[in-house]
Amino acid sequence: MHSRKPFYILVVMLFIAGITASVYRGIEHSVPFLPGKQVQSWAVDAKVSFQGTGEPSEVSFSLPEDPAYEILVENATSPGYGLTITNNRFDRRAIWSIRSATGQQDLYYKVTLIPTGQEQLLAESEPAAPTPYMWPATESAAAAQATEEVWAKSATNLSFAQQLNKDLNANERSQNIELLLAGNSPSKLFIRILHNKSIPAREVSGLFLEDQRRRQQLSTFVEVYNDGEWHLFDPKSGTQGRPDDLLLWDRSGTSVLDVIGGVNSQVNFSMLQDTRSALATAIDVMKNDNALDFSLYQLPLEEQSLFKGILLIPIGVLMVVFLRVLIGIKTSGTFMPVLIALAFIQTTLLTGLVGFLLIVAFGLMIRSYLSELNLLLISRISAVIIVVIGIIGLFTLLSYKFGLSEGLTITFFPMIILAWTIERMSILWEEEGAKEVVIQGGGSLFVATLAYLAMSATWVQHWVFNFLGIHLVILALVLLMGQYTGYRLLELKRFKPLAGE
Amino acid sequence: MFLANPSALTRGGVLGMNKRNIDYIGRYNPRKYYKRVDDKLTTKQLALANDIAVPDLIGTVSEQHEINDIPAMVNDTVGFVIKPSKGSGGKGILVVTKVDNGRYYKPNGQEVTPSEVYRHVSNVLSGLFSLGGNPDVAIVEGLIQFDPVFDGYSYEGVPDIRLIVFKGFPIMGMIRLSTAASDGKANLHQGAVGVGVDIGTGKGLHAVQFDKPIDLHPDTQKELTAIQVPQWDTLLHTASKAYEMSELGYLGTDMVLDKYKGPLLLELNARPGLAIQIANGRGILNNLRHVEQMPNHNMSVEERVAYAKKHFSANS
Repeated sequence: MHSRKPFYILVVMLFIAGITASVYRGIEHSVPFLPGKQVQSWAVDAKVSFQGTGEPSEVSFSLPEDPAYEILVENATSPGYGLTITNNRFDRRAIWSIRSATGQQDLYYKVTLIPTGQEQLLAESEPAAPTPYMWPATESAAAAQATEEVWAKSATNLSFAQQLNKDLNANERSQNIELLLAGNSPSKLFIRILHNKSIPAREVSGLFLEDQRRRQQLSTFVEVYNDGEWHLFDPKSGTQGRPDDLLLWDRSGTSVLDVIGGVNSQVNFSMLQDTRSALATAIDVMKNDNALDFSLYQLPLEEQSLFKGILLIPIGVLMVVFLRVLIGIKTSGTFMPVLIALAFIQTTLLTGLVGFLLIVAFGLMIRSYLSELNLLLISRISAVIIVVIGIIGLFTLLSYKFGLSEGLTITFFPMIILAWTIERMSILWEEEGAKEVVIQGGGSLFVATLAYLAMSATWVQHWVFNFLGIHLVILALVLLMGQYTGYRLLELKRFKPLAGE
Repeated sequence: MFLANPSALTRGGVLGMNKRNIDYIGRYNPRKYYKRVDDKLTTKQLALANDIAVPDLIGTVSEQHEINDIPAMVNDTVGFVIKPSKGSGGKGILVVTKVDNGRYYKPNGQEVTPSEVYRHVSNVLSGLFSLGGNPDVAIVEGLIQFDPVFDGYSYEGVPDIRLIVFKGFPIMGMIRLSTAASDGKANLHQGAVGVGVDIGTGKGLHAVQFDKPIDLHPDTQKELTAIQVPQWDTLLHTASKAYEMSELGYLGTDMVLDKYKGPLLLELNARPGLAIQIANGRGILNNLRHVEQMPNHNMSVEERVAYAKKHFSANS
């Protein structure tokens, strides 16, 4: 006997590949593991307004770039303006331009963001050393002293910044600092002292996200570079770290808004919190990232819904293999129950069962007449197919007339399968009696019902379509069951007389 | 307890369906030889070539229009049997025990009209009873004049002797007796009685109906374990020979005893069922393993039969 090892390796590999692909899908693409999961999203509107002077205008507006938030949709509305979006690494900007702008001008930028949970601000490369700031003569000595005081109390760049931030906000500030604060804003002073110690730091603008707020302004923070990561400070309040619901809007260190050819420019923000389906969000994100290659999501909706049905078949097949190999239930026609179960999904269970029994019962009656005619098998089955179509049409019409909308779904039954079922049942009836028909037909319907219950569970439908890796796991299970040489459950009953005392 | 403990079944050497499919049928029955047993016409021809006695072949029908030749074919016979060449599980077998002036009667005395015969053969040709629904051939066979030794043991039908042959060794046997409940058919799931018979002697050991042990035939009240199959050695030899003929390692042979011709091979089965274990009241696995563990042998049919009688008898 040849070695079973490669087989088990294959099964294990299928299993691991399937689980890995599913987990990757779930984590990397944020496809939710459970159906119906919701995520919070933020819709932020920025309104840029200025007074046109009749000259050509160019408005350069910084766009959000924050690893903690992913941009789902963004668009800019600006009738009459030309619009370009430049995409430098840390400085994405929208540039509106027009030949002539007069009077009040309003430009809008809308963005929908979802939190990514990535709170850290990792630096991809080490920033260039900052150019030291030249203090005015009046401040130079005070700055040098203040710097040395903080320097003495610190060990690293980060602790230097922390200490400095603390000193800037101490209850009783040193005279040097008071002096410096008189001529510099807290954040500017913070940055200048850091720059003089060759520590990369820059001013960034952030927006506090709060549901249903309008006319909000950006707040200024300072990012300090240490060891591959940017740390966020607020020199005005002396706090460190990223506050909750802060969206970093501009991290370039340059201005948020530049307007050429306009005066009194300002930008206002309004925002709304929203909940949306986690799955739809994940798909939108994948679309943005162009990660949809070789994915079912890129198919047209009609094909997608077709695949949703097809991808349920492995679940039904798995059920049949399980019920036959491990339990030992007999079905008439190996995978007929799966097809019946697929029809049940369209009709719902009760309507499906009633419809199935009605069609088969009527079919058997017609078939018993056909059997008197001594037809050839092929033409007899063909006649049954046509009759089945007639029965289905009749039932559909009747249920429509009586206002039973459930009855209309009867058309989903696979007709050829029904015709064969009727033929088989009829022969079974003639050869082995009605009892056997009930036993075999009942067994098939029982398996079909179980397969239906497995296939109609929402989380099963969610998994088989969104986590294609699961099909490898099913394949592995089916292969494994194909190796099962133990007793079937029903054999334990059948062979009970042989089990000894 | 409603269910048996699986480990008790394993101890009893009971073969389960999955193990049968994978470890015996899958391993010892090469797919390419299936035609020899699945097609009864081929089996018949092979048997004749190997000097194994089979029921008379009256004729075959492979085309619709040939159905009209049947009356002429069977006119001079006492009775006849029409069966699909590729049928399974006893499906599609029509037995006519009396031909009287062109009128046909079933074993229970019911008349079969020519149009019923016509329809039956037409169904057979269309493949209604064949595996996979492929077009089939109808075989018309002579009626077996069954040996009266089984009188009182069988109701209406012909008792048939099933032997499981593994690598040429007959390892377990049973006799299937039809009952009123089985409507004259010898299929256990339809209510026929199965009597396990001792490989060494051909004597009844244990009997079941519907998988439950019984002692007396439900219709004739004869004691079932008292049964003694005559010509037992010939039956063992015929079964053992079927191994060379079919080249299938795990084989079920079905035979009947004809009053005049002795044991006749009815059909071979590459997927024999497991009910034989229940009829014998013990598992088959120990005997299967015994043969599997035998060193490479090159035994003749006689030697195999002698070996089997010695080792696989219920008393050994």
